[in-house]
Amino acid sequence: MLDTRSFPIGDPILEVNNISLSFGGVKAITDTSFKVLQHEIKAIIGPNGAGKSSLLNCINGIYKPQEGSIAFKGRKLEKITPKLIAEEGISRTFQNLALFKRMSVLDNILVGRKLHMHANFLSVAFQMPSARTEEQANLERCEEIVEFLEVQDIMHTPVGKLPYGLQKKVELGRALATEAQVLLLDEPMAGMNVEEKREMCRFILKVNDELGTTMVLIEHDMGVVMDISDNVVVLDYGKIIADGPPDEVRANQDVIDAYLGVAHD
Amino acid sequence: MKPKPMFMSFSRGDVTNFVMLMVIGLAVIPVLIQTDYWYSSILIPWLCLSLAAIGQQIVMGYAGQLALGAAGFMAAGAFALFNLELRVPWVPFPINLMFSGLIAAAFGIIFGLPSLRVRGIYLMVATLASQFFIIWMIDKFGWFKNYDTSGIITAQDIVIFGKEFTTPLEMYLVVLVVVAVLTILAVNMTRGSTGRNWMAVRDMDIAAESMGISLLKTKLQAFAISAFFCGVAGALFAFTYLKSMEPVAFDIKLSFRILFMVILGGLGTIKGAFIGAAFILLFPVALNTLGNELFHGAIDATIISSIELVVFGVLIIVFMIYEPLGMAKMWEGIKQKFKRKPEPSMARVSDSKA
Amino acid sequence: MTEVLFFFEVVLAGLLAGTMYSLVALGFVLIYKASSTFNFAQGAMVFFAVLSFVGFMELGLPFVVAFFVTILLMVLVGFATQRLVLQPLMNESEDTVLMATIGLGFVLEGLAQAAWGVEVRRLDLGIGDFPIQWIVDSTGLFISALDLTAGLVAAGLIIALALLFKYTKMGLGLRAVADDPGAASSIGIPLSSIMLLVWSAAGVVALVAGMMWGARAGVQFALVDLALKALPVLIIGGFSSIPGAIVGGLIIGASEKVLEVYIGPYFGGGIEVWAPFVLAIFFLLWRPEGLFGEKIIRRV
Repeated sequence: MLDTRSFPIGDPILEVNNISLSFGGVKAITDTSFKVLQHEIKAIIGPNGAGKSSLLNCINGIYKPQEGSIAFKGRKLEKITPKLIAEEGISRTFQNLALFKRMSVLDNILVGRKLHMHANFLSVAFQMPSARTEEQANLERCEEIVEFLEVQDIMHTPVGKLPYGLQKKVELGRALATEAQVLLLDEPMAGMNVEEKREMCRFILKVNDELGTTMVLIEHDMGVVMDISDNVVVLDYGKIIADGPPDEVRANQDVIDAYLGVAHD
Repeated sequence: MKPKPMFMSFSRGDVTNFVMLMVIGLAVIPVLIQTDYWYSSILIPWLCLSLAAIGQQIVMGYAGQLALGAAGFMAAGAFALFNLELRVPWVPFPINLMFSGLIAAAFGIIFGLPSLRVRGIYLMVATLASQFFIIWMIDKFGWFKNYDTSGIITAQDIVIFGKEFTTPLEMYLVVLVVVAVLTILAVNMTRGSTGRNWMAVRDMDIAAESMGISLLKTKLQAFAISAFFCGVAGALFAFTYLKSMEPVAFDIKLSFRILFMVILGGLGTIKGAFIGAAFILLFPVALNTLGNELFHGAIDATIISSIELVVFGVLIIVFMIYEPLGMAKMWEGIKQKFKRKPEPSMARVSDSKA
Repeated sequence: MTEVLFFFEVVLAGLLAGTMYSLVALGFVLIYKASSTFNFAQGAMVFFAVLSFVGFMELGLPFVVAFFVTILLMVLVGFATQRLVLQPLMNESEDTVLMATIGLGFVLEGLAQAAWGVEVRRLDLGIGDFPIQWIVDSTGLFISALDLTAGLVAAGLIIALALLFKYTKMGLGLRAVADDPGAASSIGIPLSSIMLLVWSAAGVVALVAGMMWGARAGVQFALVDLALKALPVLIIGGFSSIPGAIVGGLIIGASEKVLEVYIGPYFGGGIEVWAPFVLAIFFLLWRPEGLFGEKIIRRV
């Protein structure tokens, strides 16, 4: 099955090494390591409060882990801030939606093009040809994304007015617009009904297939994840209890216990 | 899809509106209005304050930074222009005007620095420092006022390419042209990537950063450009409206008035800056006239100005509760209502064509 | 020796003046603690309260009656604010509420002036703004009787408020509301009456602050601007801490006097206009949550 992919899974692109994070003495993540391979879809699952989002926030530089390091494309990242990570080519979505609420769908997605736009404020103010062609080119790119996501009819609506499911879609669109090599998706299907979830899965697979984007996605719902991911990491109480292909993870006794709540009684 | 641009990135509607406004501003008004009062007491201050309100709009309405010190930057611009005209009189007025804006922008960057650490009321307090500091500095160091002790310093005459602009009408034309040019620049910025970055920082700073936007650069840029607009506005205000240089004219009350213009006019729209400035400027005039008409001077002027405070205050509360996007939004709503009536049949026609 | 003495005098005068800032800041903290609302109108409340008080006295009411009538009025203001401004804005962002309270400030300033006029009033509390003789005799320090009274009154008010919140049922309720308004009201704590209490307390504090300031500088509009200096006090002390308001006020009061006396002359004086604000900025850079405030961790 893997052979038929246009972008076969390759070497590790993102490596998380021995990350530990605590908030004022409360441990959120303990000595966690895993690898993400190029072009794969990797899921991070685990019960509520297992530290999944915190882990993404560490990779993305929003939280500063007390220990551990992150390597991207074989190079250890010395300084990690959200901006530098974006520049490296890692983009993300957020668990509780972090859209620009008062901006339109199209403008939200256009912000995702930030790193592809270099016109300074003066050339924008004076509408220099360079700024105009750049804007036009990126606008077209974003309109493609709008079409891809099938949200043409709402592209000028402020995102704050959209229903939750659509907002999630817009956020994916914004992350796609960055053309990052790695996308970190924090619960892209949370709060969606089955129909919407199925659609979101379709998008994620489509992006991965057509663009070869490596995906790291956090998901609560185990069922959905098992169908679309190549590898699954299971977190519980800030520790990794399993890491491997879906079938293997599904059979893992620790995972079953964690999900049934047996292990911690 | 976005409407096809007709000229540069402007749609047909933009261009028509702009041409119409400029024809009215440059030809119709000068022909129709002959009384100096209208120029020197209404149109000139309205345009100047609108420009300052655009500055406030950029930092607050677009970049979402709660700054309260527009009048301080206006003072910086005004006294910068006074000193430039005094010390380098051979430099053309437009260039000196631009430099006075740049000097204000430098202050904007310095006093915008706290925005990198704090937000909301904390930032407001920090920006108040700029207001008090700049006014104090101008007041205490004689150099800024050319060691004038008389207390009344007259602003120099505006001379552009050898032509003096001294009558109210001439000054109005100067102000109109400057404000028109800067407004276009502001509109371009707010519609382009510059404005998107500001708004992204305003709406969700962490997400903005995760898209590669530098918070440091974006915030300071907004502060600098905002202060530039306020600086030029202040310079024009002093040279064409006050016609004298007095730091007191730029006290905290003016900062509050500009804040109100933006809040009532509508946060996050350039149009709102003009509407808000018109309201804040004209409402007291209207109230005064009304008071005189109804009570023939029986009511004390101070009472009227107190009522003015109450009305402004009540309006702010009402707008915050019912329409946080201000009068600009209300105006859009009214326009929509009028447009909507003939729409059903029209829409069907255009649909079938498409 | 005299120089050391002079320094102490300056610091002491600053500390005592600082208690006046503390009083305004205190009103602010009370409301912030209970409702997380930045009440920008607190300065206007000071002006409104004391001008009304003086106005009632001019109408012929005796001191004590005028005092209680004004307190009643402030309770009414608190009630109206709660009903007409804060409740409709319950779910709005902090910035929106802040701007609404700026509007409220203007309403109060306008109303006060419309009702009582704009001229500067003298307020004679029977305590002069001159040095107390026996302190001068025994220590050589010049301490204004008014400053000392203001300090004592502030201390008294603070102790009273602290006791009120610590040992009464209302106080317990207030703390519960501050912690989690939803949970508090679900277990039957009367939210609105607690808010009313808090606004009334803030009104009383505003009146007392206004009386102290009015006695020294006259009852006039400039009080509103003076009250702006409570803002740096809050930044230094933290928005939600009563001790913070006190310590912040003392720090601002003392440092602005010291700066004015020792550094001011090199710049032509008047630096106390902005010194507190610049001090606050440096404080913000060092400790954004204030001396006594809780550290804010933003969650994503």
